Amino acid sequence: MQIAVASGKGGTGKTTIATSLALSLASLAKVRYFDCDVEAPNGHLFLKPEFTESTPAVIRIPQIQTEKCTACGRCVEVCEFHALAKVGKNILVFPQLCHGCGSCTWNCPENAIVEVPNPIGTIERGMALENIEFFRGLLTISEPMPTPIIRQLKKRMQPQPNTINIYDAPPGASCSVVETLRGVDFALLVTEPTPFGLHDLKQMLGILADMHIPSGIVINRDGIGDDSLEETLREYNIPVLLRVPFDRKLAENLAAGRTLVDVYPEYGGILRELYQQITEIMGGKTK
Amino acid sequence: MKLMISAQNSLLESQVDRRFGRCTWLILFDTETDQWEAFQNPGASQSGGAGVAAAQFVVDKKADVVCSGDFGPNASRAFQAANVEMRHFAENISTVQEAIDHFKQDMLLK
Repeated sequence: MQIAVASGKGGTGKTTIATSLALSLASLAKVRYFDCDVEAPNGHLFLKPEFTESTPAVIRIPQIQTEKCTACGRCVEVCEFHALAKVGKNILVFPQLCHGCGSCTWNCPENAIVEVPNPIGTIERGMALENIEFFRGLLTISEPMPTPIIRQLKKRMQPQPNTINIYDAPPGASCSVVETLRGVDFALLVTEPTPFGLHDLKQMLGILADMHIPSGIVINRDGIGDDSLEETLREYNIPVLLRVPFDRKLAENLAAGRTLVDVYPEYGGILRELYQQITEIMGGKTK
Repeated sequence: MKLMISAQNSLLESQVDRRFGRCTWLILFDTETDQWEAFQNPGASQSGGAGVAAAQFVVDKKADVVCSGDFGPNASRAFQAANVEMRHFAENISTVQEAIDHFKQDMLLK
């Protein structure tokens, strides 16, 4: 089973839910936790892994062999991302725009392009609390492109039977979220009853509909804000799987690095029930 | 000398666009003949790499000088490699015609 925890709006409680879900399910199955928020990962603050492996995340970028290049400009034409420019008899490469797709290399009629590894971050692995296998990606500061790291992070461990993969998604509703969601069985959407929470939730629901991924809602900070979220959820017919009331004690403890199930142990059973609901919604159709 | 100016619309009376990569129009003006032509900026609609796409267009049109509000690092690198001179609009410039007049008087801030 592969579950992504996403939200749209940042700060709704993705990591709060994802980490406690991982801890709660560790008694049922082998759990792997993937922190896909590679620009600002924070799952490690709660699950406290001891990292034992670190591998560079690289994309392969073109290097022009000037002795072979005739400056025909074919590589510039085929580059979707404008990572190449032709200036006089020279081809310029802009590494930070390159997605590493290989089109330029493939299309060069002179075989004048070789690909060289360009490190953009690291992927780390270690064992965390409750024997959770913890993975995280870390984008190097100033590098602009998180998606290749997320892709490589997810490739590190293909889904297996009797294991639960939990993907803590980045905030927003852009490429890096789509990359996190790609191929998952189910998306748990953590939101809050505020106009901002609702606005971004609607974007997420649009993306999930396009990707044909079933989803359920967690309403965090239940009790604040207004009724617009509840009204919208009735319209969309999406199940609310969990409500977590707004609670100062919880907020204070989370800020100190404790988890939801640590502060309120009854959530262990509640989150295992939530998982049960997800398996029922999936009806056995999981990877 | 061929001058390329980033603009919000396609006429000499149009407002200049202080963004380079994502400006809507690029106006090519020949200071020797006073002839000009407006082009839609191919960078404007790109999801990424707008600066490089726009710079490639300017280089391909063989402009000698490009005028805009500012240039990003990628566009700057391309212009430097191509020997296209980058100039910034002065504060008081609002239309393309004014930018051209200022250029002719060599009053654009470098």
